[in-house]
Amino acid sequence: MPDVEAVFRESYGRAVAILTRLLGDVDAAEEAVQDAFTTAVARWPHDGVPPSPAGWIVTTARNRAIDRLRREAGRDERHRAAALLTVPDEPPEEGAVRDDRLRLLFTCCHPALAPAARVALTLRLVGGLTTAEIAHAFLVPEATMAQRLVRAKGKIRAARIPYRVPHEADLPDRLRGVLAVVALVFTEGHTASSGPGLVRTDLCAEAVRLGRELAELMPDEPEVLGLLALLLLVESRRAARVSATGELVPLAEQDRTRWDAALVAEGQELVRRCLRRGAPGPYQVQAAIQAVHSDPPTDWRQVVALYDLLLALAPSPVVALNRAVAVAEVDGPAAGLALVDALDLPRHHLLPAVRADLLRRLGRDAEAAAAYGAAIALAGNATERAFLERRRAEVSPSGGGSA
Amino acid sequence: MPQYLLSLQQPDGDPPPPEVLDPIMRDLAAVSADMRAAGAWVFTAALHPADTATVLRPDGDDVLVVDGPYAEGKEHVGGFTVVEAPDLDAALEWGRRMARASTLPVEVRPVAGGGV
Repeated sequence: MPDVEAVFRESYGRAVAILTRLLGDVDAAEEAVQDAFTTAVARWPHDGVPPSPAGWIVTTARNRAIDRLRREAGRDERHRAAALLTVPDEPPEEGAVRDDRLRLLFTCCHPALAPAARVALTLRLVGGLTTAEIAHAFLVPEATMAQRLVRAKGKIRAARIPYRVPHEADLPDRLRGVLAVVALVFTEGHTASSGPGLVRTDLCAEAVRLGRELAELMPDEPEVLGLLALLLLVESRRAARVSATGELVPLAEQDRTRWDAALVAEGQELVRRCLRRGAPGPYQVQAAIQAVHSDPPTDWRQVVALYDLLLALAPSPVVALNRAVAVAEVDGPAAGLALVDALDLPRHHLLPAVRADLLRRLGRDAEAAAAYGAAIALAGNATERAFLERRRAEVSPSGGGSA
Repeated sequence: MPQYLLSLQQPDGDPPPPEVLDPIMRDLAAVSADMRAAGAWVFTAALHPADTATVLRPDGDDVLVVDGPYAEGKEHVGGFTVVEAPDLDAALEWGRRMARASTLPVEVRPVAGGGV
């Protein structure tokens, strides 16, 4: 039988979304949905899985909510229970469910919530991850994460953060906020900012799932498709990015047969589809850059041109640094180094890491070793640090490197 | 209808010269007029500088009187408005207009049990 856990992951977010509209409260919705899953765990093994497990969960959650409101038995609660009973007991129409799922996403990603709370709420309510899983993924104690979630939900309720898809005028801004949350989940999964492993597969998978969900809900937004394409293309190289011994493998040295061809194809198709809309945005351009990398040998001139565009759309020192890397491939390491040296990116390990690599290629070993040292001191991820230390050994006279 | 407190966070010290302050006061009055016209306005107060404040501190059976303000810092609440708004987005929109008009940060905080 399809186990309850699979149904849980599949339908938790939809059920919470629908119940939040019915109950007008995220907390009560979660409670009702959890009650329904508890009932499922008790019943399904004997009674068999109902024909529409997701629909069963919603109906049961609604009934549990009515029971609970009746038990609490204040006047207000009775009114609400009565109002709930008038909601037709039939599977809600798919379009309405879609609206509910979008509302829930926009509520979780509301700008009045702290960024860390937006991420946690989205993973919890939309993604159906447990508090323990989210805490583990972000390396914070479970109690801390639980408190973060309680506080965020408390603010949603007390300050009345609306359960609504923003008006047309606010939509681009608010959508950027939602996309940023999904991107943040992926980035944290892709290169964990701290801890031993390079990749947290669970977070990457969750970000891709959220990205797919968003693309399904807002198929006409080019940036939504762009973000999904970006995630899929980066994700397609995951297996090749870390060696069997756990070492970081740079793109140029990766075994391409280990790339996920289906994800590459899907990502490239998405890039073509969104760029056809003629409304390029930062995620689409980043996806286009990844699409170029996915089609080796990399056409570095095209990558530079795309970084020029990205720098115009969303200027940032990190983008400028990546552009410098591409320029080094086209015009040589000295040209790249000149650009890097003009950048100001304090406390970020990538700048000294890129400098070190360019200096190494220019044969300026002593300076390269010093730059690797600076990068190592700033890198929070153990796998990245190990990679940088290996490279430093190669340029250090005592390291005996042959590079 | 829920109510929200919109408080202006004002830097301590002398107010800006009239040529700066006058247009600000005019813009704030315009926001306030719009709040009234929209039926959102509940109450407004402008406050004297924070160094005119006095703090009362319970101390056993006694209450101590201390020269204020209560909170340390370089900014203090300089004035506030209470508005009625259906949800946070609507309250934030009023707050946004107050921040633009006053050129100062505005804190938006829901009133507990605000409105009936």
